[in-house]
Amino acid sequence: MSDLKFSKEHEWVRLEGDIATVGISHFAQEQLGDVVFVELPDVGKQVVKDGDAAVVESVKAASEVYAPVSGEIVEVNGELEDDPELVNKSPTGEGWFMKIRLSDASELDGMMDEAAYNDFAASQG
Amino acid sequence: MVPFAGYEMPVQYSPGILAEHNHTRAKASIFDVSHMGQVALRGDDPAAALETLVPGDIAGLAGGRMRYTMFTNETGGILDDLMVTNVGDYLFLVVNAACKDDDIAHLRAGLPGGTEFDVLENRSLIALQGPAAANVLARHAPGADIMPFMSAQPFEIDGSRLAVTRSGYTGEDGYEISIPSADAVRITEILLADDDVELAGLGARDSLRLEAGLCLYGHDIDKTTTPVEAGLTWSIGKRRRAGGGFPGAEIIQRQIADGTTRKRVGILPDGKAPAREGTQITDAHGGVIGVVTSGGFGPTAGGPVAMGYVDSDYATKETPVNLVVRDKPRPGRIAAMPFVPNRYYRGQE
Repeated sequence: MSDLKFSKEHEWVRLEGDIATVGISHFAQEQLGDVVFVELPDVGKQVVKDGDAAVVESVKAASEVYAPVSGEIVEVNGELEDDPELVNKSPTGEGWFMKIRLSDASELDGMMDEAAYNDFAASQG
Repeated sequence: MVPFAGYEMPVQYSPGILAEHNHTRAKASIFDVSHMGQVALRGDDPAAALETLVPGDIAGLAGGRMRYTMFTNETGGILDDLMVTNVGDYLFLVVNAACKDDDIAHLRAGLPGGTEFDVLENRSLIALQGPAAANVLARHAPGADIMPFMSAQPFEIDGSRLAVTRSGYTGEDGYEISIPSADAVRITEILLADDDVELAGLGARDSLRLEAGLCLYGHDIDKTTTPVEAGLTWSIGKRRRAGGGFPGAEIIQRQIADGTTRKRVGILPDGKAPAREGTQITDAHGGVIGVVTSGGFGPTAGGPVAMGYVDSDYATKETPVNLVVRDKPRPGRIAAMPFVPNRYYRGQE
């Protein structure tokens, strides 16, 4: 079992201290298909839970990535600029999107663990 | 699978759009395009009859040759684009699936007496596209490899009589093969057994045709765009330009002589962000000068590519423009099409 938490919008969060690393799930990248462009927020931007945070574009379409938690963007994954396909290859590893300094840790409570998310994703497929 | 015009259509197979696109450019792919309408036009003079509805030079089409043209309306707009082949004793038309019913009603209402048409409901259509297509098909249909681009020839494979044209919608060499539907799966499997051939879906078909600079009906051309605005004047033969005699001829002739206020152009976004259909095109001061009608990522071009309409003042190659993606103007420039060079087979030198 991983230490990841998942949202219903198919984002994942990994918490270290008060910094949440955020990306999209394996299921999400599979649904999107080949990712060709990722638009990341500016560092320093404040995001709110369930608000727009990033955009991921596959060959097929552009999709919003929502902030699963509220806080300040402290870092973004610059590697995705040159290698957007990292999102397909390693969605929960090298394909991470951004790091958010949490403003309200209790927001994580409503998120799913991996087992619950896998059940949820299976029902969406 | 997605529903489209009453058909269940494969957008992609398991390799995915990118892999299918690249395979088509590297080797060969089969696309199931059986949703396209296939129509036979017969009569005393089907070419003269069809010329009352299209601006293409159909009378000048030699036996075994084909041509791209369009049904126009009274304002010069495009009702559908189609391929017309002179099979010999009749004309063979391939029209768009979504327009099929309207086209048939249009033919019924518009064709002069003495002309009959059959909708070939019992035929399927596959496209075999890519640099390996000629060798693959010639293994089963000897001689198919020396057919010139935009020619047609009947072949028989495994007892099935096929109408083969050297044409396509990818910018690559290749064929469209009309097959009696009862044999379609068997013939497709025979071709698919070749190591060089894979299946490809509508997603790859769209990215391939976009890189090839080819129009998609309902997006890049429609009832409100004329062939002249769409950059398709090349498809209107000299005799037809002079003589008219097709719907909207006056407007189209005037546009050929005087130019148009907008033109279809290729657009290359500077960065990596795709500019998709509906993206506004603006000038340096934020004034709207046009709109993207097709856009996405071009796997072979290696970045985003788009086409759309802009005011003719901005239609010159290399003109800088802005593409408003997610409310943010992003730089790009007008570019020549195709984005990837065509590789049609023009015959042996």
